[in-house]
Amino acid sequence: MNHWYMLTLTGADRPGIVAKVTQALYEHGMNLGEASMLRLGGNFTIMMMVSGELEAEALEEALQPVARSLGLSLHVDEMEGGLHRHLVPNIMVRVSGADRAGIVARVTGVLADAGFNILDLESDVAGSPDKPVYLMQIAGIASVPLETLEAALAPLRKEGIEVNLSPVETLVG
Amino acid sequence: MEPLPILTIPDERLKQVSEPVERFDDELRRFVEQLEITRRHGPAAVGIAAPQVGRFQRICIVDCSITRKPVPNHGHLVLINPEITHWEGYEVGREGCLSVPDYTGNVIRATQIRLRAFDEQGEEHEYEMEGFEARAVQHEIDHLDGILFIDRVVSRRTDLFRRKVYK
Ligand SMILES: [Zn+2]
Repeated sequence: MNHWYMLTLTGADRPGIVAKVTQALYEHGMNLGEASMLRLGGNFTIMMMVSGELEAEALEEALQPVARSLGLSLHVDEMEGGLHRHLVPNIMVRVSGADRAGIVARVTGVLADAGFNILDLESDVAGSPDKPVYLMQIAGIASVPLETLEAALAPLRKEGIEVNLSPVETLVG
Repeated sequence: MEPLPILTIPDERLKQVSEPVERFDDELRRFVEQLEITRRHGPAAVGIAAPQVGRFQRICIVDCSITRKPVPNHGHLVLINPEITHWEGYEVGREGCLSVPDYTGNVIRATQIRLRAFDEQGEEHEYEMEGFEARAVQHEIDHLDGILFIDRVVSRRTDLFRRKVYK
């Protein structure tokens, strides 16, 4: 378990991608860490921490055959960091409204200026092709009170961007 | 009194279904005291259940009076042989557990419940609860039935469709 690598795999979605990729990793003695696997726009995307004895180049070589057979592009990065470094969010930001250019940049820009650290962002476009609705959920850590963030976001509401803040209280029991 | 050691996953005993309490005696009250000390010892837990310390009886403690943002609550509650008699609504919320270190996830719980339970003196009580406190009680009663929140975690994306709109 010497190195952690960040593995990125993307390509047209089809059944069996996860099974074949993780089988290949298993056969090469690699361990899995945290991962995010998601279908985006008809593609399947994998971002996955893996660790083991293999060097980056050997790992890439080991995975190339399965990636090629599934039509996936493969990328391996050696990474700093490791497991058990979770941060717990304390604020959830929800954005919705008519799809328009710059909406993500505007919202996240205001949040960044207020010292808000994004842990998890999901954005999607719902509705229909002629009436798209933009949706975004951001979980993160604010070091300022919710009211301060509210005030910072207020100008966006005047521009017709619907943005809601709610505290996240994580229950431990 | 020392805090009791907490069972953590993958300990199989956490899946055991706990038995009802039949004797409300000094031994029980001493245990409840020890369970409370254990709850307070860990990282800010609002609840704890007896099976988490290896005692497989239907006993838990919930105290939602200490949250960062105040929530409706009944203060410090000792719940023995608790029974939820009514559920209403549902909501996604984030949970962690003393028995599941370094992990949190989203879980769907009823937003309003009616609850019947005995206290450590053997007296019966009825409660109406909502929101965070109702969630805490459901989390603890799950422990009594051998269920952990990780058995109920929903996808991050689920929140998209179940979101509550704040005005
Ligand atoms: Zn728990």
